[in-house]
Amino acid sequence: MKGRKLLIENAHIPGITTFDVYQKNGGYRALDKALKSMSPNDVVEEVKKSGLRGRGGAGFPTGMKWSFLAKPEGVPRYLVCNADESEPGTFKDRYLMEHIPHLLIEGMILSSYALGANLSFIYIRGEFMWILEILEKAIAEAYSKGYLGKNIKGSGYDLDLRVVPGGGAYICGEETALIESLEGKRGNPRIKPPFPAVKGLWGCPTVVNNVESIAAVVPIVNEGGDAYAAIGIGRSTGTKLISACGNVARPGVYEIDLGVSVEEFIYGDDYCRGMANGKKLKACVPGGSSVPILPHYLVTKTATGEDRLMTYESLADGGFATGSMLGSGGFIVFDEDQCIVRNTWNFARFYAHESCGQCSPCREGTSWMEKVLYRLEHGNGNIRDIDLLAEINKKIEGNTICPLGDAAAWPVAAAINHFREEFEWHVTNREEAVSRNYGLSKEPVTA
Amino acid sequence: MVKVTIDDIEIEVEVGTTILNAARKIGGDIVPPAMCYYSKLEVSGGKCRTCIVEVAAGSSADPRPMPKLVASCSTPVADGMIVKNKTSERVKENRAGVVEFLLINHPLDCPVCDQAGECHLQDLGYEHGKAKTRYEEERRTFDPIDIGDKIKLHMNRCILCYRCVNTAEQLTEQRVHGVMNRGEHAEISTYIEKAIDNDFSGNVIDVCPVGALTDKTFRFKSRVWFLKPMEGERNCEKCSGKAVLWMFGNEIYRVTARKDQYGEVEDIDGKTAWICNDCRFEKKDVNDWNVTGPRVIDRHSVISQGKYETKMNTKIKRIN
Amino acid sequence: MKTHIDISKRKGERKEFSEASLVRIKELMSNVPEGKHKTAVIHVLHMAQSELGGWISVETMDYVAELLNITPIEVYEVATFYTMFHLDPTGKYVLEVCRTGPCMLVGSDKIIDYIEKKLAIKVGETTSDGLFTLKTVECLGACGYGPMLQCQYKNYEFLTTEKVDDLLNAMSNGILETYQS
Repeated sequence: MKGRKLLIENAHIPGITTFDVYQKNGGYRALDKALKSMSPNDVVEEVKKSGLRGRGGAGFPTGMKWSFLAKPEGVPRYLVCNADESEPGTFKDRYLMEHIPHLLIEGMILSSYALGANLSFIYIRGEFMWILEILEKAIAEAYSKGYLGKNIKGSGYDLDLRVVPGGGAYICGEETALIESLEGKRGNPRIKPPFPAVKGLWGCPTVVNNVESIAAVVPIVNEGGDAYAAIGIGRSTGTKLISACGNVARPGVYEIDLGVSVEEFIYGDDYCRGMANGKKLKACVPGGSSVPILPHYLVTKTATGEDRLMTYESLADGGFATGSMLGSGGFIVFDEDQCIVRNTWNFARFYAHESCGQCSPCREGTSWMEKVLYRLEHGNGNIRDIDLLAEINKKIEGNTICPLGDAAAWPVAAAINHFREEFEWHVTNREEAVSRNYGLSKEPVTA
Repeated sequence: MVKVTIDDIEIEVEVGTTILNAARKIGGDIVPPAMCYYSKLEVSGGKCRTCIVEVAAGSSADPRPMPKLVASCSTPVADGMIVKNKTSERVKENRAGVVEFLLINHPLDCPVCDQAGECHLQDLGYEHGKAKTRYEEERRTFDPIDIGDKIKLHMNRCILCYRCVNTAEQLTEQRVHGVMNRGEHAEISTYIEKAIDNDFSGNVIDVCPVGALTDKTFRFKSRVWFLKPMEGERNCEKCSGKAVLWMFGNEIYRVTARKDQYGEVEDIDGKTAWICNDCRFEKKDVNDWNVTGPRVIDRHSVISQGKYETKMNTKIKRIN
Repeated sequence: MKTHIDISKRKGERKEFSEASLVRIKELMSNVPEGKHKTAVIHVLHMAQSELGGWISVETMDYVAELLNITPIEVYEVATFYTMFHLDPTGKYVLEVCRTGPCMLVGSDKIIDYIEKKLAIKVGETTSDGLFTLKTVECLGACGYGPMLQCQYKNYEFLTTEKVDDLLNAMSNGILETYQS
């Protein structure tokens, strides 16, 4: 099944949002198969074999996450789909839900069956209210066709599925904040342990999975975990939705085999078709705003001169010194006219705005960084501010309740690491820096 | 029971005990400071990050170190766990970072703050802070407001520990204040101008680690270190009636609950001795109370440094 | 000097949901295990904002608390946490322009400037005729389709100054259906 799209192949078919068209095009086949011939544990095993890694950003193996779910007698367990897609640069889940909602519904039923959940939720960001309506329509159809509700297709398995909206908070993409929000509270991430697998929604064992991870369970059951694992390279198996944005000629959502080269992804005809308006590449943030930025000379090649590939491992090659992360697949491309300081400030402002404010390093640290970066960008910075920023983000990183602190710290650290000259130029050429941009950074001469 | 080693001292504690509580069992200077955790509350902790420690070995079964520093107040111990607090340079450095964060927006108005002398943030800053600030931005400021006729809220000083919210949730029928907004704009508020008003609302003052919530009946009356803390008792229908009376001569300036060395309201007869608003705000006549003797303030604050307490201790020792 | 939340402008008349909405709210409350109906609060706040005047007054929050049988403070805490809820009176159309990185790379700054000049208001303000409120928001998950804005749950993407003109005209004339995106 190499080279084939597994998730969004059919997304363009007219009427695919309806049950009938989706089913005519092979939909609900995986679910029929599972209910007829597979035990819940068989489904878990296939997902384990597939090597599927969480598509929300952390890349944790989904099958392993499922196997951590506590199963005490007489206590309900829940599956929650994380459709709070909010990481800047990421708009893949939205595409999937908008265009092929039944794929997510089918994946939810399959995964709930595998985990033994009888009530499952899709938590969707409130700004996607029209998609909530699309999903509710699809769910109503699934109920009327006997794929949801009591005794699904005579299997004896019951499942109810609900969609719950958020109200505008990036932090609710963090799984425990999501659970809090789902309970109707402020989206404050919980202190861990306990983890959701033991104590999640309403104190019950809960699995939270990204939209794309859940959708991927459908082809995995259809074709088998081994066939899925045959796609990709090493521990980066299967296909991945990448949402490309910024200064590329053709932004949009692409389903790639993990292992496609970054070069091909940016410049290839099947994907982004190169830079917009004939500009030069300046930098790239390959996995959503929280991952380290790469300067142009580290985008298509690693520091050791190897081709950079779209895999978890290759994008991370070089660690935080010269690498980045695949993250959520939010692929942001910067052309030569973009200002790194301005963008770093913009991202810092985003994280300060989205901090829940519970823990001191994040509440105080993110807004402090934002203020310092604002001054640097607006011609009021000092050289010592650059080191101060590096210091602040070291004090935030690793010291917060949830990963938002890290997400806020990494982009600043990486920007200073690779673009220090541009930051310094903002201090030494204040007026010029306000009126024009620095341009491309020079490749450091390495020994 | 499980065995855990904290700063080279080994102790056995019950399964499920947190690192912080294990450290408190050992006592002394290896106990991490805690600004938001409050053992007498059902829910608290994890937020301020001052109690972070290094776990050099997770357990004897899995002796790998934990990659990140952990909040000792909310991390349970495991058998064979090795914890470093004051023996860890990493902890020292990162705790100083947390203190810096807590202070960047703090007004540092200690000279006019009623909490001065018994403020946990003062102690924390003194022990773990830096001498110079690197913060050049405008500070976040709020006007002081009344929340009820007995309680003053100085949001400027608040470190958002959530203790007062959890206290109201636990002790009162219906909580009317909470945290509004988010991030750096988060604030303690009733949203509508409603008084926090019920028999036990005054306890939010006692749990506040800083001068954010103070007793209006004591406002600017005296520095705490000029007062003599005495133990007082009265028959109260609403609470234990056991309190500390802060006196000057024969006059009661302030009434608080009795607190232990961690600044937490003490347990008396197996129950946390929260006091009611009657005892706290209304009973300021020495005839209202049966004064049973001096109160030793078991915290390294200004009060316990005072001559009064030292003299008392020597006297007590001599009698013994 | 920044000060506490000022609710003096956040008070409004008590308005009530339609019968159909009340049925919907009952359904949302019964969609979850018994006693867990607080789950519905965010959804009901969205409904309130749409149906009861475009923004959420203190009175509306108290009403929501009554309907859901929770305390008012529980509603205040939630409503002030989530940025989609407008707690101050707004214009008829709230233009929420995305200002985050990916949109900035493709010109959101220009769009924000353009709307400010055209409507003669700053971000956060409402036009004197009460028709438009301009806000900036963080990433709305439309990064490949920027610059973009959202208004009353609808996205307007690939914005240009010409498109902004068309959109604002359509809104001013009350014929939004004619707007071609």
